Amino acid sequence: MNQASVSEQDKDMNLELTDCACSPNIRTGSDSESDGKSKISSSRIDSKSTVRLRMSGLIARILVKGGALITLAVIFTIVGYILIKGIPNIKLNLFEWEYNSENVSMMPAIVNTIVMVVVTLVIAVPIGIGAAVYMVEYVSKGSILAKVIKLAIETLAGVPSIVYGLFGALFFVKFLEFQLSILAGCLTLAIMILPLVMGTTEEALRMVPISYKEGSLALGATRVQTIFKVQLGPATPGILSGVIIAVGRIVGESAALVFTSGTIAKPLVSMLSSGRTLSVHMYVLSGEGFHIEQTYATATVLMVLVLILNGLSTLIAKKLGSKNENE
Amino acid sequence: MSTGMRKSHKKQLMDTIKEGGVGFAFLVSALVSVAAVILISIFIFANGFSAIGKIGVADFLLGEKWKPAMGLFGIYPMIIGSIYVTLGAVVIGAPIGIMTAVYLAEYCPKKIYPLFSGLINLMAGIPSVLYGFFGLVVIVPLIRDNLNSQGMSLLAASILLGIMILPTIVAISQSSLKAVNPGYYEGSLALGATHERSIFAVKMKAAGSGIISAVILGVGRAIGETMAVIMVAGNQAIIPKSVLEGVRTMTGNIVIEMGYATDLHRQALLATAAVLFVFILLVNLAFSIFLRRSSQ
Repeated sequence: MNQASVSEQDKDMNLELTDCACSPNIRTGSDSESDGKSKISSSRIDSKSTVRLRMSGLIARILVKGGALITLAVIFTIVGYILIKGIPNIKLNLFEWEYNSENVSMMPAIVNTIVMVVVTLVIAVPIGIGAAVYMVEYVSKGSILAKVIKLAIETLAGVPSIVYGLFGALFFVKFLEFQLSILAGCLTLAIMILPLVMGTTEEALRMVPISYKEGSLALGATRVQTIFKVQLGPATPGILSGVIIAVGRIVGESAALVFTSGTIAKPLVSMLSSGRTLSVHMYVLSGEGFHIEQTYATATVLMVLVLILNGLSTLIAKKLGSKNENE
Repeated sequence: MSTGMRKSHKKQLMDTIKEGGVGFAFLVSALVSVAAVILISIFIFANGFSAIGKIGVADFLLGEKWKPAMGLFGIYPMIIGSIYVTLGAVVIGAPIGIMTAVYLAEYCPKKIYPLFSGLINLMAGIPSVLYGFFGLVVIVPLIRDNLNSQGMSLLAASILLGIMILPTIVAISQSSLKAVNPGYYEGSLALGATHERSIFAVKMKAAGSGIISAVILGVGRAIGETMAVIMVAGNQAIIPKSVLEGVRTMTGNIVIEMGYATDLHRQALLATAAVLFVFILLVNLAFSIFLRRSSQ
């Protein structure tokens, strides 16, 4: 039955195709693609394949929209669940200066997180920007050196954070004898965010119109003057959005820190003492499972931090986009 | 006149030194990444390989018993665990991620687009401890209550990782769909194909390598993910017989025991990291091959 209708349809198609003098290639190719050709003979097509065509289109649309809906639902569930469960549990004693098992204060962790972010950025951002400038201005894209550096950056970007953590534990903590310390954590994280800072800076520098550079050089400025006074300026928003994403990475990191900066829940004494960041605090709390309410509250604070950082980077990206359109 | 000349000479010399110095600083910055890769490789592999040498390659990679107290260091269950969890994550995450990417690239109304892609970015920025916590308090109880099992399981880890790799897959699939020459789509429409057919049979075929590379990057994320998996996987060092049993990944093995391990036990954990690192390098290699193919 099915076969019959297909061959009948084929005859139809044959007529159509000879009518409009199409090449026979199309016909042989379209044997299996009955939906594709059916529109060619829109007037004579039998209703069955129209239905099939509509059905497959409908199924495709359902799949696409269903997938998008699932993704949306997942995002809203995760963010919503943590905020709704956490906000009622946020109490003042969670922000007392000293941590003890009574108040489960997250204040030391917050302070450590801020220190960690600042120090890591101070180490990684200048190196990342310098490396990006080198890649854009000093070395030709096809050279071996450029390829080696690019390969290194791509490799670093793919290394999982636990491997960074073990490396930090072996190199900074043991080999350089920093012990479990904030400093060892910062250095480990600095290597981890380096590809991100470097990548976004490189991209931003390449977006700066070449006429800026040529104009500056033509006016007699040196290469270094041109880089610092002319090229880096317009690239700042791009660099900044990269830095904000990096801040998010530092705030959210836990696997790379457990074995480098440790899990001591004390406020910062010195850069060489151990201390947990907010994410590590969160990990330890949910692992212990004793303080469910406080864990929800800590999760909420972490989530709000992430939301703020995400909002900031979106804002900058938007400004960047509208500026590019104006130019 | 002559003093002026000398002064400008001196200034020129200073400028040259300054230029050279700053240029050198840029070079050193660029080389930091290379040095970091070399140092990471040396420290992880040197420690790892010496342990593998002591334990024996076959006993380490194919040994089915991980009992550090008895001197048994077989990471085969963890290798299989990592592969299972990653496969589960791809089975769950890839179809949803690719469909979401198609929606964003082809169907999404312009007004909703910035909001939707902003949410995808947000998803990429959520820390893994928060995902893990969500898995612990939502996904694990759901499985425990509805499927009559312990909850912490291969299934829970797969679902959670499937969610976590979504933003990666969506972002890269979407950009490779957008990079397809619009002539393909228009040509397909002109030949009489419908919107859906032009997208699925023509555009997605053209973006195929890009979409595969997106999934591969997702695989890399899933294999390397640590904290979230530990919180929901149960972490028994045996090969699970069903999706409802607990599973331990290579990353989990490292974090759970590193805190108290000493001597050969500690080295065996570093060797686990070395094996994990090799997996990641292979995945990255596959990723760059497919990405290069898609940009051609």
